[in-house]
Amino acid sequence: MSTPRTLRMGEAVPLAEIPRLDTAGFRARVTDVAWRLRLVALFGRPSYALTASEGRPSSSSVAAEGQSAVEPGAPVTLTAIFADDRNGQMQAFSTDVGASYPALTPDCPQANGFEREIAEQWGVRPEGHPWLKPLRYHRSAVPGRDAWGRAPGTAIEPSVTDFFRVEGEAVHEVAVGPVHAGVIEPGHFRFQCFGETVLHLEIALGYQHRGVEQALRHGDARRVMPYMETLAGDTTIGHATAYAQALESAAGARVSARAHALRAVALELERLANHTGDLGALAGDVAFLPTMSYCGRIRGDFLNMTALICGNRFGRGLVRPGGVRWDLDPARKDELLSRLAAAEADTKSAVELMFDSPSVLARFEETGTVSFDECESLGLVGPAARACGAERDVRQDFPGGMYRFQQIPVGTWSTGDVFGRAFVRWLEIQRSIAFIREVLQTLPEGDVLAPCGPLAPDSLVVSLVEGWRGEVAHVLITGAQGQREFYKIVDPSFHNWMGLAIAMRDQAISDFPICNKSFNLSYCGHDL
Amino acid sequence: MNGRGLIHYALALLLAPLLLGVINRVKAAFAGRRGQPVLQPYYDLVKLLQKGAVYSRTTTWVFRAGPVVTLAALLAALALVPFAGQAGPLSFQGDVIVCVYLLGLARFFTVLAALDTGSAFEGMGASREVQFSALAEPALLVGLVVLGRQTSTASLGPMFAAVGPALWMTAGTTLALLAVAFFIVLLSENSRVPFDDPNTHLELTMIHEVMVLDHGGPDFGLILYGSALKLWIFSAFVAGLVVPYRCGNGWVDTAAAVGALLLTALVVGTVESCMARLRLLRVPHLLISATVAAVLAFLLMTR
Repeated sequence: MSTPRTLRMGEAVPLAEIPRLDTAGFRARVTDVAWRLRLVALFGRPSYALTASEGRPSSSSVAAEGQSAVEPGAPVTLTAIFADDRNGQMQAFSTDVGASYPALTPDCPQANGFEREIAEQWGVRPEGHPWLKPLRYHRSAVPGRDAWGRAPGTAIEPSVTDFFRVEGEAVHEVAVGPVHAGVIEPGHFRFQCFGETVLHLEIALGYQHRGVEQALRHGDARRVMPYMETLAGDTTIGHATAYAQALESAAGARVSARAHALRAVALELERLANHTGDLGALAGDVAFLPTMSYCGRIRGDFLNMTALICGNRFGRGLVRPGGVRWDLDPARKDELLSRLAAAEADTKSAVELMFDSPSVLARFEETGTVSFDECESLGLVGPAARACGAERDVRQDFPGGMYRFQQIPVGTWSTGDVFGRAFVRWLEIQRSIAFIREVLQTLPEGDVLAPCGPLAPDSLVVSLVEGWRGEVAHVLITGAQGQREFYKIVDPSFHNWMGLAIAMRDQAISDFPICNKSFNLSYCGHDL
Repeated sequence: MNGRGLIHYALALLLAPLLLGVINRVKAAFAGRRGQPVLQPYYDLVKLLQKGAVYSRTTTWVFRAGPVVTLAALLAALALVPFAGQAGPLSFQGDVIVCVYLLGLARFFTVLAALDTGSAFEGMGASREVQFSALAEPALLVGLVVLGRQTSTASLGPMFAAVGPALWMTAGTTLALLAVAFFIVLLSENSRVPFDDPNTHLELTMIHEVMVLDHGGPDFGLILYGSALKLWIFSAFVAGLVVPYRCGNGWVDTAAAVGALLLTALVVGTVESCMARLRLLRVPHLLISATVAAVLAFLLMTR
């Protein structure tokens, strides 16, 4: 068995150096590392992409096929990327599979969502998968191959599947969504309840599936950046930075320190806005009005600070491969610092009011608990993982850009409940504010945008960014001419939705909204 | 029938939605906002009454009867409720029991209409409503029995007429315990924080609101108006107990009683602004403590 190729964040690795194992060897390797490493991504792609020199289909045929760029019966290459958070290293290995392969999920629960995705996208059936259901409800890219054997003509509609059901005299089923009472994204939640207690929650998504990954492979290059900025609208900076980082790594481009600093400021502002909004929404869900109202307003203040930098409250149009499109002049920098100080004081009083209220703590504590072991086996990321005591933060483990020079201490908590997830957010708010202030006060001089240059051919880049929800992972694979051959996106929500389902076990159904809000996952980031 | 009672009845019909408006303004002030106009509940009612209604094909006449019967029962109950020391227009000996049962009838039909929809949400809300009201009713009944025993009458009118500074001097502790019990029942029966959140949009957490989700237009208007009347009834109990101001001049007394009601709304708004909702599992604890307060008042009275 070949040794695993260790790769670092933002390193362009020649595809040839990534070990290609046979299916048994691949499975053995996954089982071997699954208990101590975290699965960042596991994805399939048409095999010809790897066999660069040996008879790739001509580029014209790829373009012409559009919808399904894969030949019927084509083998699929699976690539697994595991992260060793403690050592800041990753390893990647791959294998080729046909119409089916033995499932990894029984030995590596982190692979659950990924294997369902592979089954759905490429029609490759993971045999022995314990929970093999569609994830996004679309047709596979391989004509005539469907993991569930559905005929090509049959309609595929979201949440039309077999749901897990509990039978019994006093057991009842509550279905919520896809249309919700609030202005939120569509998703379907099926609760199996015993009185007020939830025995099981099954979450069916897919309503927001836009086919972004496919569009990135075959679509208009000018639309790539808008796609990246709206993968999950509230993580605009996170995803845009991950994409820019991937391209810059593949091109070997040098990004100025000033651009790195501005990206970090924008990323932390995004975190501040969302964390503050979440704390306010959590207060609102338990009917604690003052914090809800104040945090709702302060969230707007943070969004306006992003607008001060680039003119858009969500940071659209700021981050571009090669740097950032907007510089920060001294006057606006001072303005930003003074607004930050005001927002800091406001947030502090609003949030402390909430954490000082016994009636709020009584709702948050011991609600929706996820144990450390569950967190590890599901591979949770972001505040949800840190609330379980997992010291996991891309900004510390795989620092890129500004985070290589200026560290942010990782905030963790050990309870894994709603309180933990709320409190970790509060810790991060305080540290992000201090970080932004430090970065702005020592803002490096220089240009902010430089051309990116051509991409290295036949390479793989893993780009990680700690978005406010957790790890944003982008994987870029380039082709023989240095073109974008394959692009894989893993939003933190993809890892964490299962965490929400687990958190709801044995909870009161009336506590679902605060559990849900404490995770606050993205539907479109998952559905892509 | 009595003239002032009728005037008070008309006043209640007119001013009941104002209490909701006041509560909303108090909450807004605590949250640092200006808030909606005090008269917004009236605007909402007018708007709803002008709309058409949509009925699901799965519902029967029970669903349509629900809001009407509920409002009728509440209108009847209101006619028994004393105000400013003056008995209600339909007051009679023994109306205590009738009043409590009319409130029960109103709830019964709301629950029936909710169950008639067959929706999982509404069934869940109905189950919660029935469970919690079963716990709130003893507190109210025991409290009224104590008050009746203290004032030697089984009619609400004379009962509250007898409450005054003199009674507070002799049986202050008993009355204070009753006031606590009645206030908790007020919060629970009117689906206020900490029992329920009247502002939430989250069906899974609702108690009362979720039962009326399928009603729209004029039906929902009737429900809103009914809940305003219910708030008026319970506030009148609490205020009649705590602020038994009488100077002899009927008009001044009436004005003082209206002021006391607005004060109650202010307190409700303040409570809502200062605390979070209880976990649903803990709601029975608070309701039982209301019953305990009423029973304690009973023991104090009989010692």
